[in-house]
Amino acid sequence: MTNQTSWEPKIIAFLCTWCSYAGADLAGVSRFQYPPNIRIVKVPCSGRVSGNMILSALKSGADGVLISGCHPGDCHYISGNYFARRRFGLFSNLLDFVGIEPGRVSFSWISASEGEQFAEVVKTVTERVKKLGPATRLVKKLE
Amino acid sequence: MPTINEKITEEIRAKAKELLESKEVAAFLGFCLGSLPMTTRPFVARSPEEADKLVWNSFCVLNPANYLPELLKSLEPPRGPRDPAPKGPLPKAAVLATGCWSRNISIQIKENQLDRERVVIVGVASRGKVDQRKVKARFPDQEILKIEEEDHKLTVSGQDFEEEINRWDVVRGNCLTCLHPDPVMLDIRIGEPGQERKNDSPFQQVNEIENKSTDKRWQWFQDEFASCIRCYACRNACPLCYCDTCFVDDSKPQWVDKSIDPVDTGLFHILRAYHCAGRCTDCGACESVCPMDINMRILTKKLSKDVMALYGSEAGMDPEAPLPLSTYKTDDPQDFILTESGAAKEGM
Repeated sequence: MTNQTSWEPKIIAFLCTWCSYAGADLAGVSRFQYPPNIRIVKVPCSGRVSGNMILSALKSGADGVLISGCHPGDCHYISGNYFARRRFGLFSNLLDFVGIEPGRVSFSWISASEGEQFAEVVKTVTERVKKLGPATRLVKKLE
Repeated sequence: MPTINEKITEEIRAKAKELLESKEVAAFLGFCLGSLPMTTRPFVARSPEEADKLVWNSFCVLNPANYLPELLKSLEPPRGPRDPAPKGPLPKAAVLATGCWSRNISIQIKENQLDRERVVIVGVASRGKVDQRKVKARFPDQEILKIEEEDHKLTVSGQDFEEEINRWDVVRGNCLTCLHPDPVMLDIRIGEPGQERKNDSPFQQVNEIENKSTDKRWQWFQDEFASCIRCYACRNACPLCYCDTCFVDDSKPQWVDKSIDPVDTGLFHILRAYHCAGRCTDCGACESVCPMDINMRILTKKLSKDVMALYGSEAGMDPEAPLPLSTYKTDDPQDFILTESGAAKEGM
Protein backbone atom coordinates (compact mmCIF):
# COMPACT_ATOMS: atom_id res chain seq x y z
CA MET A 1 0.00 0.00 0.00
CA THR A 2 2.49 2.59 1.15
CA ASN A 3 5.96 2.39 -0.23
CA GLN A 4 8.54 3.39 2.38
CA THR A 5 10.55 5.45 -0.10
CA SER A 6 7.66 7.49 -1.48
CA TRP A 7 5.67 7.56 1.73
CA GLU A 8 4.96 10.97 3.18
CA PRO A 9 3.32 11.21 6.60
CA LYS A 10 0.00 12.95 7.10
CA ILE A 11 0.05 15.10 10.21
CA ILE A 12 -3.02 16.77 11.64
CA ALA A 13 -2.20 20.03 13.42
CA PHE A 14 -4.69 21.54 15.84
CA LEU A 15 -3.67 25.19 16.07
CA CYS A 16 -5.24 27.77 18.30
CA THR A 17 -6.60 30.63 16.29
CA TRP A 18 -4.97 33.42 18.34
CA CYS A 19 -1.34 32.37 18.48
CA SER A 20 -0.29 29.24 16.64
CA TYR A 21 -2.52 29.70 13.63
CA ALA A 22 -1.29 33.28 13.32
CA GLY A 23 2.25 31.92 13.76
CA ALA A 24 1.66 29.55 10.85
CA ASP A 25 0.33 32.46 8.86
CA LEU A 26 3.43 34.46 9.63
CA ALA A 27 5.64 31.55 8.59
CA GLY A 28 3.89 31.59 5.22
CA VAL A 29 3.99 35.35 4.79
CA SER A 30 7.67 35.41 5.74
CA ARG A 31 8.42 32.60 3.24
CA PHE A 32 9.85 30.17 5.80
CA GLN A 33 10.02 26.72 4.26
CA TYR A 34 8.49 23.80 6.14
CA PRO A 35 7.39 20.30 5.10
CA PRO A 36 3.96 20.22 3.45
CA ASN A 37 2.87 17.24 5.55
CA ILE A 38 0.66 19.07 7.98
CA ARG A 39 -3.07 19.61 7.64
CA ILE A 40 -4.15 22.44 9.86
CA VAL A 41 -7.37 22.43 11.87
CA LYS A 42 -8.05 25.81 13.40
CA VAL A 43 -9.48 25.65 16.92
CA PRO A 44 -10.49 28.56 19.16
CA CYS A 45 -8.05 27.61 21.91
CA SER A 46 -5.72 24.73 22.75
CA GLY A 47 -8.12 24.16 25.65
CA ARG A 48 -10.71 23.17 23.07
CA VAL A 49 -8.70 20.15 21.96
CA SER A 50 -9.90 17.02 23.69
CA GLY A 51 -8.56 13.49 23.78
CA ASN A 52 -11.46 12.51 21.52
CA MET A 53 -10.12 14.74 18.74
CA ILE A 54 -6.56 13.47 18.99
CA LEU A 55 -7.60 9.81 18.94
CA SER A 56 -10.14 10.48 16.21
CA ALA A 57 -7.35 11.86 14.03
CA LEU A 58 -5.20 8.77 14.64
CA LYS A 59 -8.16 6.46 14.09
CA SER A 60 -8.94 8.09 10.76
CA GLY A 61 -5.41 7.50 9.50
CA ALA A 62 -3.25 10.44 10.59
CA ASP A 63 0.37 9.40 11.06
CA GLY A 64 0.96 12.14 13.58
CA VAL A 65 -0.88 14.81 15.52
CA LEU A 66 0.43 18.21 16.58
CA ILE A 67 -1.39 20.40 19.07
CA SER A 68 -0.18 23.93 19.46
CA GLY A 69 -1.38 26.86 21.51
CA CYS A 70 -0.32 30.17 23.00
CA HIS A 71 2.58 30.31 25.43
CA PRO A 72 1.49 30.03 29.07
CA GLY A 73 0.35 33.43 30.20
CA ASP A 74 -0.52 34.57 26.67
CA CYS A 75 -3.85 32.78 26.28
CA HIS A 76 -6.52 34.93 24.66
CA TYR A 77 -8.97 33.39 27.12
CA ILE A 78 -6.54 33.99 30.02
CA SER A 79 -6.20 30.39 31.21
CA GLY A 80 -7.31 27.99 28.44
CA ASN A 81 -3.81 26.73 27.76
CA TYR A 82 -3.08 26.23 31.47
CA PHE A 83 -6.00 23.83 31.74
CA ALA A 84 -4.99 22.24 28.43
CA ARG A 85 -1.45 21.74 29.73
CA ARG A 86 -2.67 19.69 32.70
CA ARG A 87 -4.90 17.56 30.50
CA PHE A 88 -2.30 17.01 27.77
CA GLY A 89 0.34 16.08 30.32
CA LEU A 90 -1.85 13.24 31.55
CA PHE A 91 -3.03 12.32 28.08
CA SER A 92 0.40 12.00 26.52
CA ASN A 93 1.50 9.85 29.47
CA LEU A 94 -1.56 7.66 29.05
CA LEU A 95 -0.91 7.21 25.32
CA ASP A 96 2.67 6.28 26.12
CA PHE A 97 1.40 3.82 28.74
CA VAL A 98 -0.81 1.93 26.28
CA GLY A 99 2.06 1.69 23.81
CA ILE A 100 1.56 4.53 21.35
CA GLU A 101 5.04 5.46 20.10
CA PRO A 102 6.39 8.67 21.66
CA GLY A 103 6.46 11.26 18.87
CA ARG A 104 3.13 10.38 17.26
CA VAL A 105 1.39 13.04 19.26
CA SER A 106 3.30 16.26 19.92
CA PHE A 107 2.51 19.46 21.73
CA SER A 108 4.04 22.90 21.34
CA TRP A 109 3.61 26.54 22.26
CA ILE A 110 3.91 28.92 19.30
CA SER A 111 3.08 32.61 19.52
CA ALA A 112 1.79 34.76 16.66
CA SER A 113 5.24 36.29 16.20
CA GLU A 114 7.09 32.97 15.99
CA GLY A 115 6.81 32.16 12.30
CA GLU A 116 10.32 30.78 12.19
CA GLN A 117 9.76 28.64 15.28
CA PHE A 118 6.57 27.31 13.73
CA ALA A 119 8.48 26.15 10.67
CA GLU A 120 11.07 24.55 12.98
CA VAL A 121 8.41 22.72 15.01
CA VAL A 122 6.77 21.37 11.87
CA LYS A 123 10.17 20.20 10.61
CA THR A 124 10.93 18.43 13.90
CA VAL A 125 7.50 16.83 14.12
CA THR A 126 7.60 15.65 10.51
CA GLU A 127 11.07 14.16 10.97
CA ARG A 128 9.98 12.36 14.14
CA VAL A 129 6.91 10.91 12.47
CA LYS A 130 8.92 9.94 9.37
CA LYS A 131 11.35 8.06 11.57
CA LEU A 132 8.46 6.17 13.19
CA GLY A 133 6.95 5.22 9.84
CA PRO A 134 3.25 4.96 8.98
CA ALA A 135 0.94 4.75 11.99
CA THR A 136 -0.39 1.27 12.69
CA ARG A 137 -1.63 1.59 16.25
CA LEU A 138 -5.18 2.77 16.91
CA VAL A 139 -5.70 3.16 13.15
CA LYS A 140 -9.00 1.81 12.01
CA LYS A 141 -8.74 -0.14 8.78
CA LEU A 142 -11.89 -0.38 6.74
CA GLU A 143 -12.26 -3.79 5.20
CA MET B 1 -20.35 -14.60 68.77
CA PRO B 2 -21.49 -12.31 65.92
CA THR B 3 -18.93 -11.41 63.27
CA ILE B 4 -17.87 -7.84 62.56
CA ASN B 5 -20.07 -7.72 59.47
CA GLU B 6 -23.08 -9.06 61.34
CA LYS B 7 -22.61 -6.39 63.99
CA ILE B 8 -22.32 -3.72 61.31
CA THR B 9 -25.44 -5.06 59.57
CA GLU B 10 -27.37 -4.79 62.83
CA GLU B 11 -26.14 -1.27 63.43
CA ILE B 12 -27.01 -0.24 59.87
CA ARG B 13 -30.55 -1.64 60.19
CA ALA B 14 -31.10 0.08 63.53
CA LYS B 15 -29.80 3.39 62.24
CA ALA B 16 -31.81 3.12 59.02
CA LYS B 17 -34.97 2.41 61.02
CA GLU B 18 -34.31 5.35 63.28
CA LEU B 19 -33.68 7.74 60.37
CA LEU B 20 -36.69 6.53 58.37
CA GLU B 21 -39.04 6.51 61.37
CA SER B 22 -38.09 10.02 62.41
CA LYS B 23 -38.59 11.06 58.76
CA GLU B 24 -35.17 12.65 58.76
CA VAL B 25 -34.48 10.85 55.50
CA ALA B 26 -36.94 9.62 52.89
CA ALA B 27 -34.70 6.82 51.69
CA PHE B 28 -31.71 4.82 52.88
CA LEU B 29 -29.34 3.61 50.17
CA GLY B 30 -27.46 0.43 50.99
CA PHE B 31 -27.29 -3.20 49.94
CA CYS B 32 -29.51 -6.24 50.14
CA LEU B 33 -28.62 -9.84 49.38
CA GLY B 34 -28.47 -10.86 45.74
CA SER B 35 -30.06 -14.00 44.35
CA LEU B 36 -26.75 -15.84 43.88
CA PRO B 37 -24.01 -16.58 46.39
CA MET B 38 -21.35 -13.85 46.58
CA THR B 39 -23.68 -11.17 45.22
CA THR B 40 -25.39 -8.15 46.70
CA ARG B 41 -27.70 -5.65 45.12
CA PRO B 42 -27.89 -1.91 45.71
CA PHE B 43 -31.07 -1.41 47.68
CA VAL B 44 -33.14 1.59 48.72
CA ALA B 45 -35.11 1.23 51.93
CA ARG B 46 -38.02 3.66 51.96
CA SER B 47 -39.84 2.49 55.08
CA PRO B 48 -38.66 1.28 58.53
CA GLU B 49 -39.89 -2.24 57.66
CA GLU B 50 -37.73 -2.38 54.55
CA ALA B 51 -34.67 -1.51 56.62
CA ASP B 52 -34.51 -5.14 57.75
CA LYS B 53 -33.44 -6.15 54.24
CA LEU B 54 -30.23 -4.14 54.46
CA VAL B 55 -27.02 -6.16 54.74
CA TRP B 56 -23.31 -5.54 55.03
CA ASN B 57 -20.76 -8.12 53.90
CA SER B 58 -17.60 -8.54 51.87
CA PHE B 59 -19.51 -8.73 48.61
CA CYS B 60 -20.90 -5.18 48.64
CA VAL B 61 -18.71 -4.25 45.66
CA LEU B 62 -20.92 -1.79 43.80
CA ASN B 63 -20.49 1.89 44.53
CA PRO B 64 -23.69 3.38 46.00
CA ALA B 65 -22.53 6.91 45.10
CA ASN B 66 -23.41 5.93 41.54
CA TYR B 67 -27.13 5.77 42.38
CA LEU B 68 -27.27 8.73 44.73
CA PRO B 69 -27.90 11.70 42.38
CA GLU B 70 -30.71 9.88 40.63
CA LEU B 71 -32.21 8.71 43.92
CA LEU B 72 -32.32 12.29 45.21
CA LYS B 73 -33.97 13.44 42.00
CA SER B 74 -36.62 10.74 42.37
CA LEU B 75 -37.40 11.93 45.90
CA GLU B 76 -38.34 15.42 44.75
CA PRO B 77 -42.06 16.04 44.23
CA PRO B 78 -42.93 15.63 40.53
CA ARG B 79 -42.92 18.84 38.51
CA GLY B 80 -42.77 19.98 34.91
CA PRO B 81 -39.57 21.33 33.37
CA ARG B 82 -40.78 24.94 33.69
CA ASP B 83 -42.37 24.67 37.11
CA PRO B 84 -40.56 26.53 39.88
CA ALA B 85 -38.60 24.54 42.43
CA PRO B 86 -40.74 23.50 45.41
CA LYS B 87 -40.50 25.69 48.49
CA GLY B 88 -38.89 24.44 51.66
CA PRO B 89 -36.24 21.79 52.13
CA LEU B 90 -36.30 18.81 49.76
CA PRO B 91 -36.35 15.23 51.09
CA LYS B 92 -32.99 13.78 52.15
CA ALA B 93 -31.40 10.41 51.55
CA ALA B 94 -28.92 8.50 53.68
CA VAL B 95 -26.15 6.53 52.01
CA LEU B 96 -23.55 4.04 53.16
CA ALA B 97 -20.01 5.18 52.51
CA THR B 98 -16.60 3.62 52.93
CA GLY B 99 -13.34 5.44 52.18
CA CYS B 100 -13.55 5.39 48.39
CA TRP B 101 -17.32 5.82 48.20
CA SER B 102 -17.20 8.89 50.46
CA ARG B 103 -14.52 10.35 48.21
CA ASN B 104 -16.82 9.80 45.24
CA ILE B 105 -19.62 11.58 47.08
CA SER B 106 -17.26 14.46 47.83
CA ILE B 107 -16.39 14.66 44.11
CA GLN B 108 -20.04 14.62 43.12
CA ILE B 109 -20.70 17.49 45.51
CA LYS B 110 -17.76 19.37 44.01
CA GLU B 111 -19.12 18.76 40.51
CA ASN B 112 -22.59 20.00 41.51
CA GLN B 113 -24.23 16.64 41.07
CA LEU B 114 -25.26 16.45 44.71
CA ASP B 115 -26.48 18.82 47.36
CA ARG B 116 -24.55 18.18 50.59
CA GLU B 117 -27.56 19.35 52.59
CA ARG B 118 -29.66 16.51 51.22
CA VAL B 119 -27.25 13.68 51.92
CA VAL B 120 -26.73 11.94 55.24
CA ILE B 121 -23.47 10.02 54.94
CA VAL B 122 -23.41 6.88 57.04
CA GLY B 123 -19.73 6.01 57.26
CA VAL B 124 -18.41 2.48 57.57
CA ALA B 125 -14.70 1.72 57.55
CA SER B 126 -13.99 -0.80 54.79
CA ARG B 127 -12.22 -4.05 55.63
CA GLY B 128 -11.69 -4.79 51.94
CA LYS B 129 -14.20 -6.40 49.61
CA VAL B 130 -13.89 -9.89 48.23
CA ASP B 131 -13.38 -10.47 44.52
CA GLN B 132 -15.80 -13.18 43.29
CA ARG B 133 -13.44 -13.93 40.43
CA LYS B 134 -10.66 -14.85 42.84
CA VAL B 135 -12.94 -17.14 44.81
CA LYS B 136 -14.30 -18.80 41.66
CA ALA B 137 -10.78 -19.28 40.34
CA ARG B 138 -10.04 -21.47 43.36
CA PHE B 139 -12.87 -23.83 42.47
CA PRO B 140 -12.50 -24.07 38.70
CA ASP B 141 -14.97 -26.80 37.82
CA GLN B 142 -17.25 -26.63 40.83
CA GLU B 143 -20.34 -24.59 41.37
CA ILE B 144 -20.30 -22.56 44.56
CA LEU B 145 -23.71 -22.80 46.21
CA LYS B 146 -23.09 -21.23 49.56
CA ILE B 147 -20.53 -19.03 51.20
CA GLU B 148 -20.31 -18.25 54.88
CA GLU B 149 -18.26 -15.40 56.15
CA GLU B 150 -16.34 -15.00 59.34
CA ASP B 151 -13.97 -12.20 60.24
CA HIS B 152 -10.90 -13.70 58.63
CA LYS B 153 -12.06 -16.72 56.71
CA LEU B 154 -14.69 -17.75 54.21
CA THR B 155 -16.32 -21.17 54.14
CA VAL B 156 -17.13 -22.04 50.56
CA SER B 157 -19.40 -24.99 49.90
CA GLY B 158 -21.07 -26.68 46.95
CA GLN B 159 -22.66 -29.98 45.99
CA ASP B 160 -19.97 -32.24 47.44
CA PHE B 161 -17.32 -30.02 48.89
CA GLU B 162 -16.71 -27.58 51.68
CA GLU B 163 -13.52 -25.63 52.07
CA GLU B 164 -12.22 -22.81 54.21
CA ILE B 165 -10.21 -20.04 52.63
CA ASN B 166 -8.40 -17.05 54.07
CA ARG B 167 -10.47 -13.94 53.38
CA TRP B 168 -7.51 -11.64 52.73
CA ASP B 169 -6.26 -13.97 49.95
CA VAL B 170 -9.35 -13.28 47.87
CA VAL B 171 -9.76 -9.56 48.53
CA ARG B 172 -9.99 -7.33 45.45
CA GLY B 173 -6.81 -5.82 44.04
CA ASN B 174 -7.92 -2.24 44.66
CA CYS B 175 -8.69 -3.02 48.31
CA LEU B 176 -5.27 -4.62 48.76
CA THR B 177 -3.52 -1.40 47.74
CA CYS B 178 -6.09 0.90 49.39
CA LEU B 179 -4.63 3.54 51.70
CA HIS B 180 -7.79 5.18 53.00
CA PRO B 181 -10.37 2.63 54.17
CA ASP B 182 -12.08 5.15 56.45
CA PRO B 183 -14.61 7.69 55.07
CA VAL B 184 -13.18 11.18 54.50
CA MET B 185 -16.53 12.77 55.36
CA LEU B 186 -19.42 11.35 57.35
CA ASP B 187 -22.43 12.34 59.44
CA ILE B 188 -23.01 9.07 61.28
CA ARG B 189 -20.45 6.40 62.06
CA ILE B 190 -21.18 2.70 62.05
CA GLY B 191 -18.66 0.30 63.62
CA GLU B 192 -15.09 1.08 64.53
CA PRO B 193 -13.05 3.77 62.75
CA GLY B 194 -10.57 2.33 60.22
CA GLN B 195 -6.85 2.94 60.31
CA GLU B 196 -4.99 4.71 57.52
CA ARG B 197 -2.89 2.08 55.84
CA LYS B 198 0.69 2.23 54.68
CA ASN B 199 1.89 0.92 51.37
CA ASP B 200 5.34 1.63 50.00
CA SER B 201 4.38 0.87 46.42
CA PRO B 202 0.67 1.37 45.84
CA PHE B 203 1.36 1.60 42.10
CA GLN B 204 3.31 -1.62 41.79
CA GLN B 205 1.14 -2.99 38.95
CA VAL B 206 1.41 0.27 37.00
CA ASN B 207 5.18 0.35 37.46
CA GLU B 208 5.52 -3.16 36.10
CA ILE B 209 3.82 -2.16 32.86
CA GLU B 210 5.67 1.15 32.64
CA ASN B 211 8.95 -0.74 32.74
CA LYS B 212 8.10 -2.67 29.60
CA SER B 213 9.16 -1.45 26.15
CA THR B 214 6.69 0.52 24.02
CA ASP B 215 6.01 -2.51 21.81
CA LYS B 216 5.46 -4.78 24.81
CA ARG B 217 3.09 -2.24 26.33
CA TRP B 218 1.12 -2.09 23.11
CA GLN B 219 0.94 -5.88 23.08
CA TRP B 220 -0.22 -5.88 26.69
CA PHE B 221 -2.91 -3.29 25.90
CA GLN B 222 -4.16 -5.31 22.94
CA ASP B 223 -4.27 -8.55 24.92
CA GLU B 224 -5.87 -7.11 28.03
CA PHE B 225 -8.77 -5.47 26.21
CA ALA B 226 -9.22 -8.01 23.41
CA SER B 227 -12.15 -9.74 25.07
CA CYS B 228 -14.16 -6.54 25.66
CA ILE B 229 -17.72 -6.88 24.36
CA ARG B 230 -18.50 -3.17 24.79
CA CYS B 231 -21.36 -3.79 27.19
CA TYR B 232 -20.46 -0.54 29.02
CA ALA B 233 -21.02 -2.18 32.41
CA CYS B 234 -17.82 -0.46 33.61
CA ARG B 235 -19.26 2.88 32.59
CA ASN B 236 -22.66 2.21 34.10
CA ALA B 237 -21.25 1.13 37.45
CA CYS B 238 -19.02 4.19 37.68
CA PRO B 239 -20.14 7.07 39.91
CA LEU B 240 -18.09 9.46 37.76
CA CYS B 241 -19.98 8.65 34.56
CA TYR B 242 -23.10 10.76 34.78
CA CYS B 243 -23.01 12.69 31.47
CA ASP B 244 -26.43 12.82 29.80
CA THR B 245 -24.84 11.77 26.53
CA CYS B 246 -21.69 9.72 26.82
CA PHE B 247 -19.03 10.17 24.14
CA VAL B 248 -19.59 6.57 23.04
CA ASP B 249 -23.26 7.31 22.35
CA ASP B 250 -22.52 10.41 20.28
CA SER B 251 -23.12 9.86 16.59
CA LYS B 252 -22.39 13.38 15.39
CA PRO B 253 -19.43 13.34 15.58
CA GLN B 254 -18.95 9.66 16.11
CA TRP B 255 -15.83 9.58 18.25
CA VAL B 256 -15.85 5.85 18.74
CA ASP B 257 -17.59 3.46 16.36
CA LYS B 258 -20.06 1.00 17.82
CA SER B 259 -18.18 -2.17 17.11
CA ILE B 260 -15.84 -4.58 18.82
CA ASP B 261 -13.02 -3.76 16.43
CA PRO B 262 -9.86 -3.67 18.60
CA VAL B 263 -9.31 -0.01 17.64
CA ASP B 264 -12.77 1.02 18.83
CA THR B 265 -12.44 -0.99 22.01
CA GLY B 266 -9.03 0.57 22.63
CA LEU B 267 -10.32 4.11 22.03
CA PHE B 268 -13.25 3.47 24.35
CA HIS B 269 -11.04 2.28 27.18
CA ILE B 270 -8.44 5.03 26.77
CA LEU B 271 -11.08 7.75 26.74
CA ARG B 272 -13.17 6.20 29.50
CA ALA B 273 -10.13 6.14 31.76
CA TYR B 274 -9.04 9.62 30.68
CA HIS B 275 -12.43 11.06 31.59
CA CYS B 276 -11.88 9.73 35.12
CA ALA B 277 -8.46 11.41 35.46
CA GLY B 278 -8.11 13.11 38.81
CA ARG B 279 -11.55 11.86 39.83
CA CYS B 280 -11.20 8.09 40.09
CA THR B 281 -11.00 6.89 43.69
CA ASP B 282 -10.11 3.33 42.71
CA CYS B 283 -13.35 1.91 44.15
CA GLY B 284 -13.07 -1.04 41.77
CA ALA B 285 -16.75 -1.11 40.76
CA CYS B 286 -15.80 -1.15 37.04
CA GLU B 287 -13.70 -4.27 37.41
CA SER B 288 -16.17 -5.99 39.69
CA VAL B 289 -18.99 -5.72 37.15
CA CYS B 290 -16.96 -6.66 34.06
CA PRO B 291 -18.41 -9.86 32.58
CA MET B 292 -15.19 -10.52 30.66
CA ASP B 293 -12.81 -10.13 33.62
CA ILE B 294 -10.89 -7.24 32.06
CA ASN B 295 -8.57 -5.34 34.40
CA MET B 296 -9.46 -1.87 33.17
CA ARG B 297 -8.67 -0.35 36.56
CA ILE B 298 -4.99 -0.31 35.65
CA LEU B 299 -5.59 2.62 33.26
CA THR B 300 -7.29 4.76 35.89
CA LYS B 301 -4.63 3.72 38.38
CA LYS B 302 -1.95 4.96 35.98
CA LEU B 303 -3.77 8.29 35.78
CA SER B 304 -4.03 8.49 39.58
CA LYS B 305 -0.31 7.91 39.79
CA ASP B 306 0.41 10.70 37.31
CA VAL B 307 -2.04 13.12 38.93
CA MET B 308 -0.29 12.47 42.24
CA ALA B 309 3.19 12.84 40.74
CA LEU B 310 2.50 15.86 38.50
CA TYR B 311 -0.17 17.81 40.37
CA GLY B 312 0.12 16.39 43.87
CA SER B 313 -3.50 15.60 44.53
CA GLU B 314 -5.50 12.52 45.36
CA ALA B 315 -9.08 12.27 44.11
CA GLY B 316 -11.70 13.35 46.63
CA MET B 317 -9.38 13.36 49.64
CA ASP B 318 -9.85 17.04 50.33
CA PRO B 319 -13.48 18.12 49.91
CA GLU B 320 -12.36 21.77 49.97
CA ALA B 321 -9.69 21.60 47.24
CA PRO B 322 -10.63 22.02 43.56
CA LEU B 323 -10.39 18.97 41.31
CA PRO B 324 -6.92 18.70 39.73
CA LEU B 325 -8.15 19.19 36.16
CA SER B 326 -10.37 22.14 36.97
CA THR B 327 -7.51 24.16 38.32
CA TYR B 328 -3.91 24.88 37.31
CA LYS B 329 -0.63 26.30 38.48
CA THR B 330 1.41 28.61 36.32
CA ASP B 331 4.46 26.40 36.87
CA ASP B 332 2.91 23.02 36.08
CA PRO B 333 5.39 20.55 34.57
CA GLN B 334 5.64 20.91 30.79
CA ASP B 335 8.58 18.76 29.73
CA PHE B 336 6.35 16.96 27.25
CA ILE B 337 5.88 20.18 25.27
CA LEU B 338 8.17 20.18 22.27
CA THR B 339 9.12 23.84 22.48
CA GLU B 340 9.88 23.59 26.21
CA SER B 341 11.79 20.36 26.64
CA GLY B 342 15.57 20.65 26.68
CA ALA B 343 16.24 17.63 24.48
CA ALA B 344 13.92 18.65 21.70
CA LYS B 345 15.27 22.19 21.73
CA GLU B 346 18.78 20.97 21.07
CA GLY B 347 17.61 18.88 18.16
CA MET B 348 15.85 21.83 16.63
